[in-house]
Amino acid sequence: MADTLLSLSGLTKAYPGVVANDDVSFDIREGEIHALLGENGAGKSTLVKMIYGLVKPDKGAMVFRGAPYAPAEPRAARASGVAMVFQHFSLFDALDVAENVALGMENPPPARDLAQQIREVSETYGLPLDPSRTVGTLSAGERQRVEIIRCLLQDPKLLIMDEPTSVLTPQEVEILFETLRKLKSEGTAILYISHKLEEIRSLCDHATVLRLGKNVGTCTPSETTARAMAEMMIGSTFATPAAKATTPGDVLLRVDNLTMPAPGSFGTPLRSISFELRAGEVLGFGGVAGNGQDELLLALSGERLAEKGTIWVKGADVSRDGPTARRAAGCLTAPEERLGHAAAPNMSLTENVILTAGRRENLVNNGFINWGRADQFAADVIKRFDVRTPGTHVAARALSGGNLQKFVIGREVAQNPDVLVVNQPTWGVDAAAAAAIRQALLDLAEKGAAILVVSQDLDELMEIADRFGALNEGRLSALKPVKDLDLEEIGLMMGGAHDMEVAHVAE
Amino acid sequence: MIRLEKRPQPSKMWIYMTPVLAVLLTMLFGGIMFMVIGTSPIEAIRTIFWDPLFHPQFAAFSRPQLLVKAGPLILIAIGLSIGFRAGIWNIGAEGQYIIGAICGAGVGLALYPMESALILPLMIIAGALGGWAWAMIPAILKVKFGTNEILVSLMLVYVAENILASVSSGVLRNPEGMGFPGSRNLAQWSSSQNLELFAGSGMHLGVLTAFIAVILAYVLLTRHIQGYNIRLTGEAPRAARFAGVSPARTVLFCLGLAGVLAGMAGLFEVTGPAGQITIDFGSGYGFTAIIVAFLGRLHPVGILLAGLLMALTYIGGELAQLMLGVPGASIQLFQGMLLFFLLGVDVLTNFRIRVGKAEVAA
Repeated sequence: MADTLLSLSGLTKAYPGVVANDDVSFDIREGEIHALLGENGAGKSTLVKMIYGLVKPDKGAMVFRGAPYAPAEPRAARASGVAMVFQHFSLFDALDVAENVALGMENPPPARDLAQQIREVSETYGLPLDPSRTVGTLSAGERQRVEIIRCLLQDPKLLIMDEPTSVLTPQEVEILFETLRKLKSEGTAILYISHKLEEIRSLCDHATVLRLGKNVGTCTPSETTARAMAEMMIGSTFATPAAKATTPGDVLLRVDNLTMPAPGSFGTPLRSISFELRAGEVLGFGGVAGNGQDELLLALSGERLAEKGTIWVKGADVSRDGPTARRAAGCLTAPEERLGHAAAPNMSLTENVILTAGRRENLVNNGFINWGRADQFAADVIKRFDVRTPGTHVAARALSGGNLQKFVIGREVAQNPDVLVVNQPTWGVDAAAAAAIRQALLDLAEKGAAILVVSQDLDELMEIADRFGALNEGRLSALKPVKDLDLEEIGLMMGGAHDMEVAHVAE
Repeated sequence: MIRLEKRPQPSKMWIYMTPVLAVLLTMLFGGIMFMVIGTSPIEAIRTIFWDPLFHPQFAAFSRPQLLVKAGPLILIAIGLSIGFRAGIWNIGAEGQYIIGAICGAGVGLALYPMESALILPLMIIAGALGGWAWAMIPAILKVKFGTNEILVSLMLVYVAENILASVSSGVLRNPEGMGFPGSRNLAQWSSSQNLELFAGSGMHLGVLTAFIAVILAYVLLTRHIQGYNIRLTGEAPRAARFAGVSPARTVLFCLGLAGVLAGMAGLFEVTGPAGQITIDFGSGYGFTAIIVAFLGRLHPVGILLAGLLMALTYIGGELAQLMLGVPGASIQLFQGMLLFFLLGVDVLTNFRIRVGKAEVAA
């Protein structure tokens, strides 16, 4: 089983102004789980896109099982036995599982045979899934299973997985890992892309680390510390956020029995959510995506108005106030989606600070915008939060994900809010930038702000939060101090088994 | 192989160059069209673009027409562009223009034959309110019931045209007009006439208002938070909501503003160049202004230039029909080409064309 499955040699791909991959060479062996590590913008996506036939390399060659391999398109890659599960699912909510699987196949068998095949594969690999369910009703973990099964039906030799665990509960991660190990034992190689170093350590046989498009080394993850791998990725050492030691002060944000209908046909209603958030405290809300996180953010930001008497900032009822009045009251928010929600893609960074800071930073007087001050404020945010950009005139869409995230969070932190609510503050952000963002949040809490972090990254919540709660189908679990929790308990909270009752699992 | 490659940022140069390129392409392909129908392309293009301004014989008549035609186009297009910037598609400016003219003229005619310097200002206000009210119909329906403003505003044009037909042979008909449809001539009544401010320039109050609207729109969009909110709504609606911009208020503001400006344009037209409310008062300015708004890249200064260019092709087109005998349809085709190329080459603002295989950047 030690034969080379896919050998990459000297792969180079350049885009205008940036070399995404520079002379990258490494081998993936038959039946191994090979990790691909790297910061955002290190060239991981470009590399796997070349393997999957989405992008053509400028230079270099690939050899698949001894034969030259140069897929012109994904179809050719799939025909050779390469399959890929993307980070963002390409599924149709309104269709059922079998229909979605059929859409991704070249020659789908008749519906009944396909449903049977889906059942067989799902049983063989321990991925419970009912072919007749509508995808819109599935959880993120189940949706991922649809994607995986779609790949497995093609009997791949190499399965590429792009950040597969970012949307899963710890229990779902375990199920996924069991599946991957089973696949490996049957001889399927897996190229596994992730930021989560502990996962890679427990799962992967080898790891290749990319930095700025170059292969900077390989390691055996089980024998390397997470910190050492992280430092390989960023090429220097970085500071872990220092835990703070402040005692909670007054209640700054109080949510009292907040109930809201779902915003759309696939949204989640909020069901009697109540909590208090004190000055100096960091509260962490975990939960699998789609369990009310976005809806809670919309309710707290004022984009959707709640019922009277449900949301209180510093003792004042702001439930019926819109975003501008909430900001004036000291409650700032940073939504998950950076482009299009937290920032306008085609507008410059200077224009983008006016989006939320216009009033608090006196960037607007009598309705007229003070562009000088706005530009100055944008420059301050860029400097203070180390946003890598040529200047404030650059359009938001030109920034990399991590840099834009630093800008978006920095824009709110720099306004010295009393209450800051952030959703997925480090989603898709590299380790160094994530550490910087977390540190900024902790510093803000130390100065007496109350902070609510909604995140699917449990490690992040464990690292910075004082108390933890989980959102499940729009309900909030009981809040528990983080230091008293272990991963299993968290997993059960996320699954909806509040107060440690035994989970009732359907089917 | 020709490929399109997305630019990291919109190209500043091409924002300004695409309209020029589009005009040149229109001249080229329009010239080919004229050649095919047996007219000298050089002569046709000279007649359309050059003669209206510099022909020794016709220019004295056609040069003032440039501002007369461009004024309402610019005024209406400015209003429309503010809405288009926010993604609010008011296609019914023609109806707002007609209703503005009817309301303004109605107020004036109700006071006939009184003589007062206050009558024209009153008529302007009535015209603006008429256009505003007509635009509020799609606005309120959209805000309250989520109807599509494109359909509602467009359909209301036809309603407005029927109202126009009705009043011009009904309540507003000139009692001394010997039974002919059409109102009294407002341009000949000293209290309501909207005369040229400078003789022979074509510059009447409406043109002046259009120029002021250009300046105010520029200030609104570049300096004022309301303009920022409008641009934000168009660029990223969810970000606008996050910023605290009320979508309903934006719809009411944008449609209302477009209605006010279109209504005023109608009033200035009926008290000046047109002179009276007649069945064929609606001249298509409200529709052409949509083209002008896009031709000007939804930018106030661009719209100013586009309005002048559009007016030029109108006057030149008429001149070409008159002097060269080209069919009217060929002129419409020529104008259509202009819009087509404008939208087509706009791709260069956000994309660059690469010829050949993908190259390695340094």
